[in-house]
Amino acid sequence: MLHDRDRIFRNLYGFHDAGLKGAISRGAWDGTKFFIDKGHDWIINEVKASGLRGRGGAGFPTGLKWSFMPKADPRPSYLVVNADESEPGSCKDREILRHDPHLLVEGALLASFAMRAHACYIYVRGEFIREREALQRAIDEAYEARLIGKNNVHGWDLDIYVHHGAGAYICGEETALLESLEGKKGQPRLKPPFPANTGLWGSPTTINNVESIAVTGEILRRGATWFAALGLPNNTGTKLFQISGHVEKPCVVEEEMGIPLKELIETHCGGVRGGWDNLLAVIPGGSSVRCITAAQASDVTMDFDALGKLGSGLGTAAVIVMDKSTDIIAAIRRISYFYKHESCGQCTPCREGTGWMWRVLERMERGEAAKREIDLLFEVSKQIEGHTICALGDAAAWPVQGLINNFRPVIEARIDQYQAKHSKVAAE
Amino acid sequence: MAVRRLYPDQPPHFAFNDENLAWAKAQIAKFPEGKQAAAIIPLLWRAQEQVGGWLPEPAIRYVTDMLGMAHIRGLEVATFYTMFQLSPVGTHAHIQVCGTTPCMLRGAGALIETCKTRIHPEQHHLSADGKTSWEEVECLGSCANAPMVQIWKDTYEDLSPAGLEAILDMFEAGETPVPGPQNGRTASCPEGGPTTLTDAALYDGSTIGAWKKRFDETSDVAPAPAAAASAPTVAPSPPASASPKNPAVHPAALTALANAGLVKDLNARGTGKPMSADELARLKTTTQAAPLTAAQSAQVTQDAKGAAGKPEMLSQPRDGKGDDLGLIWGVADKLAEKLNALGIWHFDQIAKWTQEDVAWFEEAMGGAFKGRVTRDKWIEQCQKLASGWRPGSDAGERPKG
Repeated sequence: MLHDRDRIFRNLYGFHDAGLKGAISRGAWDGTKFFIDKGHDWIINEVKASGLRGRGGAGFPTGLKWSFMPKADPRPSYLVVNADESEPGSCKDREILRHDPHLLVEGALLASFAMRAHACYIYVRGEFIREREALQRAIDEAYEARLIGKNNVHGWDLDIYVHHGAGAYICGEETALLESLEGKKGQPRLKPPFPANTGLWGSPTTINNVESIAVTGEILRRGATWFAALGLPNNTGTKLFQISGHVEKPCVVEEEMGIPLKELIETHCGGVRGGWDNLLAVIPGGSSVRCITAAQASDVTMDFDALGKLGSGLGTAAVIVMDKSTDIIAAIRRISYFYKHESCGQCTPCREGTGWMWRVLERMERGEAAKREIDLLFEVSKQIEGHTICALGDAAAWPVQGLINNFRPVIEARIDQYQAKHSKVAAE
Repeated sequence: MAVRRLYPDQPPHFAFNDENLAWAKAQIAKFPEGKQAAAIIPLLWRAQEQVGGWLPEPAIRYVTDMLGMAHIRGLEVATFYTMFQLSPVGTHAHIQVCGTTPCMLRGAGALIETCKTRIHPEQHHLSADGKTSWEEVECLGSCANAPMVQIWKDTYEDLSPAGLEAILDMFEAGETPVPGPQNGRTASCPEGGPTTLTDAALYDGSTIGAWKKRFDETSDVAPAPAAAASAPTVAPSPPASASPKNPAVHPAALTALANAGLVKDLNARGTGKPMSADELARLKTTTQAAPLTAAQSAQVTQDAKGAAGKPEMLSQPRDGKGDDLGLIWGVADKLAEKLNALGIWHFDQIAKWTQEDVAWFEEAMGGAFKGRVTRDKWIEQCQKLASGWRPGSDAGERPKG
């Protein structure tokens, strides 16, 4: 188990003061000036060397992303922090925003400096009203202490603005977020051009997840080597895991990347409800990834590569645990409804396909379907995947594919059951 | 996508009150000149709050006029984002029940039933007294505290149907219940107390300034005084404790060593202090350099390097038995024999080769294997093999990259 001293989010549960004084006593804003004096490239190189991969789901190396920003451009550069946490299962950024917001504010300063940005927008999901207030308090404190703002003690002018959405999952997609921030419907943009070249109001922009930014200060303090030594190769550092569903004690906890899933659940969550043998399936990375079976869950490690090999993914490390009492078809049907509800309507395969998949799953949940429709459903999900502007199409297709790959016999049994019942009725 | 239409019965006018007008101007100032459209979501939201929980059409027009936008742009935004309520909601409480899978797994269905029986069978309808209304919403981002509802600005988490009834009672009576988890736990901390963050040293200020050490450090600073008692077995063979020079190792360093294929035992990860780059590098070299017992080293010294650039050779295998060099990917029986003939019996011999040693070896083999050692990464392979790692097949495992 990771030692407490290696944990970055020390006020994860809000037992301590979330304000500036409390944050400083836990080590935030310590040495920030020193790191800024070391220069833009030093920070980027340190983050690169740490092996930090983006914590928003895709796992793109953060330092590399930062290095894509132009160094001499007449247009202003922007840092946009993506706090539009809406992936079902994910509830980590919320804890940072309300309990450790100063780590985010400090990280935003360091990242903005590294990318030569003088303005940073933090886009918080609309429902996080109290979290937004907590973050604004932290920013106000930082302005007052001249840690940020014009002529601050760090010698790099930076204005941080809190902005918010109004309940659209799609705005977690980086270009949809930019559209939303510009005051439009959150419909993703075609890439290229990438935001690092043409982003917010046509200017160079980098969009990072809250957790990626919030760990920056600690990485610089403890050193890239420290971070890189935690976890597994290519999957370094610590990570906030969020465990929900059928465990004894659901929680959010910071652990080392690559921790075995079983250890994570048994150490921090009191185990699966009814014991490990009662486990049916796990969705390891938020609703968008394919589920894995209990057998796979028994020895998988929680990192991008190991889960990727199983055809699933680490995503946001939102672990949704389902025990044997779960109707797995209903669970995935509800996820399909989610994507149907959240599709922005821009691309036809997703707009039409998400609703179609949900309706078919509604019938399959009752067993009111033909077995050949299982293959048809799989085929249609493949037609959605990869045929849309953004990854929401993929995200809608994968859970359905995971269901069919892993639980086809359950669907078939349900169909048999339905037909047996109804042919009997017909015979009578 | 959801179908969202404007309410048929709209009020005639809308205007911000003075307080909200001042606030709106501050919001607009957040954005660069000419980009004031960006403020539309916060402004519409404030308008919804002012009206009492829903967004009438005149408010949409008012806000778009204020921002110099076409009305249709405002309507697009208002109908796209589902937090904008387009029809009136309960005066005392509008309950947003999260129904997405993580909440569903923990009983959101029962909460929805409660809303149906107590408020209205259909969502987005007012209760008989007009005080409450409800809707099922998508994931509200409190999954570790499922099931939950959001009422106005606050969330009520870890809810049971009875708990929801109690909360509804209070709202109907004009009171505001205490938000957050309703089962006594704190935030997303595991029920019954935290499993982490219990080290008091995190909160007494002792961590402040510790980072400076990393930058002051010179190469001869004493190694980290980490928990020696719990220090695990470090060196591949024999155990670290056999060598007094071997420092107690920080767990992070252990991981790094393991990643480099140098350590078998990782059980005791998790104690100690931060480790600097220098310390880590030093640990790697000391661990690598100390795999021999005293007796073995004596023999090594005996057989040690002859001519300059010649790697360490042994006249016979240590303890009478050499390693199976065939396990190196790219080395088969024939080549293994040749290696033995030269005096190479063990993986750790190759693991220590330098560029010079490689050149010497290629020369000694008559140039027939030129480039092979580097191409097949013998040294890297042998470092792993010397640590006790074994490939899946007898022919070895092809090194990556």
